[in-house]
Amino acid sequence: MLKARELRAVQNRTGKIRQDDVLLFCTFRNEDQRLPYFLQYYRDLGVDHFLMVDNDSDDGGQDFAAGQPDVSLWHTKAGYGASRYGVDWLTYLQDTYAHDHWALTVDVDEFFVYPFCDTRPIRALADWLDASQVRSFGALLLDMYPKGPVSAQPYLRGDDPFKIAAWFDTGNYVINRNGLLRNLWIQGGPRARMFFANKPRQAPALNKIPFVKWQRAYAYVSSTHMMLPRGLNLVYDQNGGEKTSGVLLHAKFIDTFSARASQEAARAEHYASGREYKSYEARHGADPDFWCEWSERYVNWRQLEGLGLMSKGNWA
Amino acid sequence: MLVHTAFDRAEQMIRHWSDAGCPVVVHVDRNVGQATYDAFVAAVADLATVSFSPRFRGEWGMWGLIAASQAASRQLLAQFPDIRHVYLASGACLPLRPVAELQAYLDARPDTDFIESVTTGDVQWTIGGLDSERFTLRFPFSWKRQRRLFDVFVLLQQTLRLRRRLPKGIVPHLGSQWWCLTRRTLTAILDDPRRVEFDRYFRQVWIPDECYYQTLVRLHARHIESRSLTLAKFDFQGKPHIFYDDHAELLARSACFVARKVWPRADGLYARFPRPPVEDQAQPEPHTGTIDRIFAQAVDRRTNGRRGLYMQSRFPFMDRENGFTAMPYSVLQGFDDIIPDLADWLTAQTRVIAHGHLFAPDRVYFAGGGTTYQGGLSDNARLRDYNAKMFLTNLIWNARDQHQCFQFGPSDNQPIKWMLTKDTQASVWVVTGAWAVSLFRSGRSASDVRSEAARLQQVENRFLNALRSPEARSRRHIMTLAEFLESPIDVLQGIMDDMVGHRAATLKKPPAMVDLDGFAQFLQDLKNQGMHPYLAGEFAAGDAMQTSRPRPRKPYVIAKK
Repeated sequence: MLKARELRAVQNRTGKIRQDDVLLFCTFRNEDQRLPYFLQYYRDLGVDHFLMVDNDSDDGGQDFAAGQPDVSLWHTKAGYGASRYGVDWLTYLQDTYAHDHWALTVDVDEFFVYPFCDTRPIRALADWLDASQVRSFGALLLDMYPKGPVSAQPYLRGDDPFKIAAWFDTGNYVINRNGLLRNLWIQGGPRARMFFANKPRQAPALNKIPFVKWQRAYAYVSSTHMMLPRGLNLVYDQNGGEKTSGVLLHAKFIDTFSARASQEAARAEHYASGREYKSYEARHGADPDFWCEWSERYVNWRQLEGLGLMSKGNWA
Repeated sequence: MLVHTAFDRAEQMIRHWSDAGCPVVVHVDRNVGQATYDAFVAAVADLATVSFSPRFRGEWGMWGLIAASQAASRQLLAQFPDIRHVYLASGACLPLRPVAELQAYLDARPDTDFIESVTTGDVQWTIGGLDSERFTLRFPFSWKRQRRLFDVFVLLQQTLRLRRRLPKGIVPHLGSQWWCLTRRTLTAILDDPRRVEFDRYFRQVWIPDECYYQTLVRLHARHIESRSLTLAKFDFQGKPHIFYDDHAELLARSACFVARKVWPRADGLYARFPRPPVEDQAQPEPHTGTIDRIFAQAVDRRTNGRRGLYMQSRFPFMDRENGFTAMPYSVLQGFDDIIPDLADWLTAQTRVIAHGHLFAPDRVYFAGGGTTYQGGLSDNARLRDYNAKMFLTNLIWNARDQHQCFQFGPSDNQPIKWMLTKDTQASVWVVTGAWAVSLFRSGRSASDVRSEAARLQQVENRFLNALRSPEARSRRHIMTLAEFLESPIDVLQGIMDDMVGHRAATLKKPPAMVDLDGFAQFLQDLKNQGMHPYLAGEFAAGDAMQTSRPRPRKPYVIAKK
């Protein structure tokens, strides 16, 4: 719990958390552009309280977050990489505040989609998982991208990013199983196709376990890709059936990206020393166009369900 | 009414039944804290015909629920001598139609007991693999809390072949625990002179609330309608499906009287139901067809899933799947050595998607020649080879509304060799030795291509050995080049029929084939170099191959199934 010392409470409203509340955990750095829509999206899903770590932002996003009535905010100057990409900070907060709560852990550019999310609040999912004695819920990180160069359409603060990044790859994801931790390791999508075709092993992992009935003994191992104890990673059925699962729509590729990519590569602190960003810049300059004739335009969760990118399982 | 949680909704329902003139006896689970209980009792204290019965611990699958309903029934029957039907409900039961309509329905059937009651042989919804055994073994341990003890004790009894004797005259029946019984029948069950004996027996039966009344009612009832008036669906774990706001239309159309279980926060459902009375309308019978179908589909998706789909919540062991891929597809080896335009020709003939060599070493040759394909698959060979099996399962899944075929051969990368062998969805057609035709047409001399020929023959032979191994489960059709050239039309017709069934047109003439003049001599030269191309079949030296010449049809026996 050494990481706890790196955190300074800016605005602690955790006293408001009630017994059944669904909590959201998030680390951010200079995301003022994205924060308003992010908070709105998850409020609409029914998230009750946001517990956020500001990694030394200087764009005003930290003040915006601190001013929200349902946000508790901590600040840190420590390095993102040294804290295993923010996992250590969040683990500390989860152990302190999320015990026995359903906890959603996402980045500011990740938007959780689950079956019936247009008609049933996230509390309904949590109750149903409780009744089914399920402790963790898996999702595919689905990279969304615009048609045309990423920088061609500016993203305005507060807008729905998926009005711009409306497209995705429907069926080029490959899966390996991690025998040690039992999680699936999913790779593919537009980044594998565009940036990692010649070194596919290094393509980013797209398997996520964002929604968990938190207990003090739990911990994320690498970002939210896998967990301990490892039984939590069994979010998939091995005998042919489909467990209920969701998707994290990834709004990474909107026009704040170009500036950010150079910034991150310079900081060399993101995943594997910014490997992804470097390879990306080297090949495509700063402005890729992911779109191809087989790209699919996003409609709703039912579309993703039909495509086999998520599943209702036996939730009906 | 049995209540253990969501007390605000329970109160709402109690008021609803009570306002409609139904006396209510409420059983609150003993696990509920005293303060909560007191507050709940106080909340409905203004209702004269609502009372509370002695509390039991109502654990799932245990006797407590029966004890609770027995006590509550007795209290209800004693307090209100003029009631004729008793309806067992829970706090999560929501009346869909006005209670008056239910009352009218029961008034028209004064002697009918509504309780689902079927013999054990006729139901499939048993949990834990126990059906008839739940009546012949003892179950003193809780399945939920004491699972290990439960399992060990069951196993012990099974090993020792311990059997309980059923009380005389009892035929075990099962059914939904939500019933509506007449006073006469319910009284007969409660006052049965053998009740002590029955209770002692059922106390250690597994899940008595699904069989106690369901069995005993058969001893006493005059007229049983074996169905529940409460719409309740169960999933594959035996846990009730839950209704949400988006089920409103379905529930309305079902015309059921009561539905369970409703999510306590489904404000839309609680606002909409029970629907207001409708004047001058024929009273519809409950029918649950659509709802049954939707929930059956959910169970099927959870237990069987979509074949050929691999994703974050479905990753079956490949060898356990009956068919690794979503749709039948065809693999053609050697044909395009003889028929260069094969893919285009097949598409024109049958409208199937005909790919080139998907597993070529340099890149993926998709139908249409693009650098990407359906689903965003890339033509990059390294990306493909990183997970070749899933490249193929993705390809088939992405175009699962169409039949696909692709060319394969010994010069392609072979990582999917065993998959093509074991996948029951694959139809593999091989003309062995056809690679020699391409070598022949390269114009190089036999001595130049000798080592290449040997390599290709070796690779092809490994594939053939796999296809002929005992593990092979795909549909296999293997012929030598010589056999194919005997009757190409018949073989191609066979392929087309296999791809599109009876819709394939009858072939009049074969597609354009390569000129094989001098091929036999080429094979002989290879032999003279010390390399025997045995997979090509028998060609007489000096035999001028004139494949364009019409030849008599031969009997069509080439398929190796």
